[in-house]
Amino acid sequence: MKATGGITFAIAGYGLFSKFAFAKENEKSQEKQITAWVHLDTTGQITIFNPAAEMGQGSMTALAVLVAEEMDADWSKVNIDYSPIEPGIYGRSWGRGRSRGGTMLTVGSYTVSGYYDNLRHAGAQVRYVLLHNVSQKWDVPLDQLRTSSGFVIHDASNRKISYGEIATFATVPAQIPEIPEDQLKSPEDFQSIGKYLPRYDVPAKVDGSAQYSMDVKLPDMVYAVISRSPVHGSKPSILNENIIKEIPGIVDVVALKHGIGIVAESIELAIDTRKKLEIKWSSREKAETHNSSTAYADYEKIASDRNQRGNVIVDKGNVDDGLVSASKTYTYDYKNDYVYHAQMEPLNAVVSIAEDGASADVWVGTQGPAGARSAAANALGLKTSKVKLHCCYLGGGFGRRSMSDYVSEAALLAKAVKRPLKLIWTREDDLQYGAFRPMSLQRMQAGVDKRGNVIAWQHDVVGTGGRLLATGASTNYYSFPNQKIQVIGVDHGVRTKHWRAVGHGPNKFAIESFIDEIAADQKLDPVTFRKNLMKDFPRALKVLQTAADMADWDKKSSNGKAKGIAFGERSGSLVAGVCEISIDKVSSKIKVHRIWAALDAGIVVQPDNAVAQMEGAIIFGMSSILNESITFKNGIVQESNFHDYPLLRMADAPESIEVKIIESQEPPSGIGEAGLPWVGGAIANAFASLTGKRLQHLPFTPEKVREVLES
Amino acid sequence: MDKSTFVIHVNGQKHRVEVESNTPLLWVIREHIGLMGTKFGCGVAQCGACTIHLNGNPVRSCVLPVSAAEGSEITTIEGISEDNSHPLQKAWIAEQVPQCGYCQSGQIMQAVALLEKNKKPSREEIITHMNGVICRCGTYVRIIKAIERATLEG
Repeated sequence: MKATGGITFAIAGYGLFSKFAFAKENEKSQEKQITAWVHLDTTGQITIFNPAAEMGQGSMTALAVLVAEEMDADWSKVNIDYSPIEPGIYGRSWGRGRSRGGTMLTVGSYTVSGYYDNLRHAGAQVRYVLLHNVSQKWDVPLDQLRTSSGFVIHDASNRKISYGEIATFATVPAQIPEIPEDQLKSPEDFQSIGKYLPRYDVPAKVDGSAQYSMDVKLPDMVYAVISRSPVHGSKPSILNENIIKEIPGIVDVVALKHGIGIVAESIELAIDTRKKLEIKWSSREKAETHNSSTAYADYEKIASDRNQRGNVIVDKGNVDDGLVSASKTYTYDYKNDYVYHAQMEPLNAVVSIAEDGASADVWVGTQGPAGARSAAANALGLKTSKVKLHCCYLGGGFGRRSMSDYVSEAALLAKAVKRPLKLIWTREDDLQYGAFRPMSLQRMQAGVDKRGNVIAWQHDVVGTGGRLLATGASTNYYSFPNQKIQVIGVDHGVRTKHWRAVGHGPNKFAIESFIDEIAADQKLDPVTFRKNLMKDFPRALKVLQTAADMADWDKKSSNGKAKGIAFGERSGSLVAGVCEISIDKVSSKIKVHRIWAALDAGIVVQPDNAVAQMEGAIIFGMSSILNESITFKNGIVQESNFHDYPLLRMADAPESIEVKIIESQEPPSGIGEAGLPWVGGAIANAFASLTGKRLQHLPFTPEKVREVLES
Repeated sequence: MDKSTFVIHVNGQKHRVEVESNTPLLWVIREHIGLMGTKFGCGVAQCGACTIHLNGNPVRSCVLPVSAAEGSEITTIEGISEDNSHPLQKAWIAEQVPQCGYCQSGQIMQAVALLEKNKKPSREEIITHMNGVICRCGTYVRIIKAIERATLEG
């Protein structure tokens, strides 16, 4: 916040009654500005403060658009800067509405939907202040004034004045009135929302100047890597500390609870020296007994035990009666391995402690700045107010950067050596000490009556990772009169975490595959079958029909190709998609040729970015469906880098991805993850259409394809 | 290990660095010289985030020892234009390619090398040439569009 001259529109209060304070710019008052959303300087430059992490999802631009829209700002004069980390002011609620304050976590695709009302209102309040000042200055009634792209205009006297000029004389009332909902712009008057605006962060990401925390370099800085527990929970004892410490350039060897840190004058020396560490790890940790390949057999036993009680997500009607009275019942299992975030920027953080030890600066890319700041403060024994967190761009987050383990580590090491320090996780560290989307088995059961109606639906999710397995298991857009959905948790003692779309990926894969299996047995077209189930949900129906129309669903593919369809939802958004695949006869590799997807996300603030997020989430989803698997042997992760954890590459991307955004006046919902959950089901369904066989275990590697085709 | 002095040429400038001879060029460029546009992604030439040009050829700087780079002309993302004016940079902006952006220096450097040798690559040639650079955000469709745009406009 290095603005000079101008006015700041600052929220000083919490909750319903916002109190705006006026701060004239000078050295002293700069500190008072920390509650600002918008700063306007006398040249007309507008700085809008962004409270969310920018990890590629584009919300940095979208949030500023919300403010600028209601301000009637000239977009070419808008700068975007990070807001201070004050969750009580800059946080968002988990639902909609104008409530101010809440969490600053950037997760769950909630950013745009969570700030939509609040930031438009903030923009409208700024506009009100500008109008109010001009009204007084010109002595004309406020309702005779209008605004347009950075100007206040009085048509009757043919006068106009720029926002920058207003800033030279404006004062901000102690209390700015709340702007009633009906005085905000109606969607047909939007100039920026729903239009094309290039993303603010793109130019810096094209010339290499975008700053990630990995790129921070401080004078006298040292570098650190850590050798971490191969089995989660095991504790290290170093056997050759003295030998390591004698190596020239080694600054220190630091024992942590879960690993040994090597601090060196250069990163190459730290990485090189780590190989020489001799560490004895404590044994008998819970995770040590975990073998992912055999865990599925245990899951099957658990799923077959009708007395197992899990965490019930949905219990409607009587599913047992429904299954008994059904004329036909179906039972299938679906499985998914662990997957890893694999954000391209490995975890890292930079910490610099003041000489007197009383304060510290931290540079980090984080989805949770408040949590990261607390993690650093706890590690350093400082109050959070003494830790200044510098938010950097995130080289991908996908859920991994909502944890702060890497921030704590960097702080502990910096504290030990009392020098500015950059902690880098190598790719192997990032993968092997990952926190994965959990493995699970999904036991799907359904009962169908004589007319082909699904009268009973039971979905048992068995796996590790607790609540991470639950999201996306319920199917609010399909009418099942009797249904029971539950999660039965098994703790393996390994690290699990939210991963893009969380449980939606595995759950929608199971649900949408199962729906197709029932439809096929009932000799019904998968689209017709779904439409029957969706007849009470017009929004879902429209999304499904749009995708089917885009893909020319009724026209079968030829030349060894076949289509598959699936439906999904995430963060309030609805997506249906169709993919067209073939199978390479030699390699048994699935090739996805074309994708068509329809999205209903309510009002879409940045449509081109929404399409980009859909494209990205679809490819991210494809990568997890076709390639990705983390396996444990005796608690140890078996994969280490991209050679044995292959991400999807350009050659395997679809030839085309067509996305249609459905026009809507509904409130915005989340987009960053919505493109992902349907992909697994659609590929599995296309495979079944092509071969008559079902792929039921993610990922669909060539080995699995061969196995299924030969079965 | 003993340090030696190496003189390397990056973006037309000479830099003298004191490092071990097996130090990956990536760390020399980033942490010793301070050009941060070139990224560390995997350290084993699997992802391409560290792609630079060595005498015009795209190479993975994470596995190239500094001793092998002496005497060569090195170009990094900072060296292809001063103002985002390279036709590929312009195309990258026009197509709004980057998401998280972390791999994009490597993507662009890989693409620049392609167009310097092949002004009108086919779609298949683009894919074959670009396949070594991973984008986790999944911007591949737009990368192809941007390269195709640059071949038309460049």
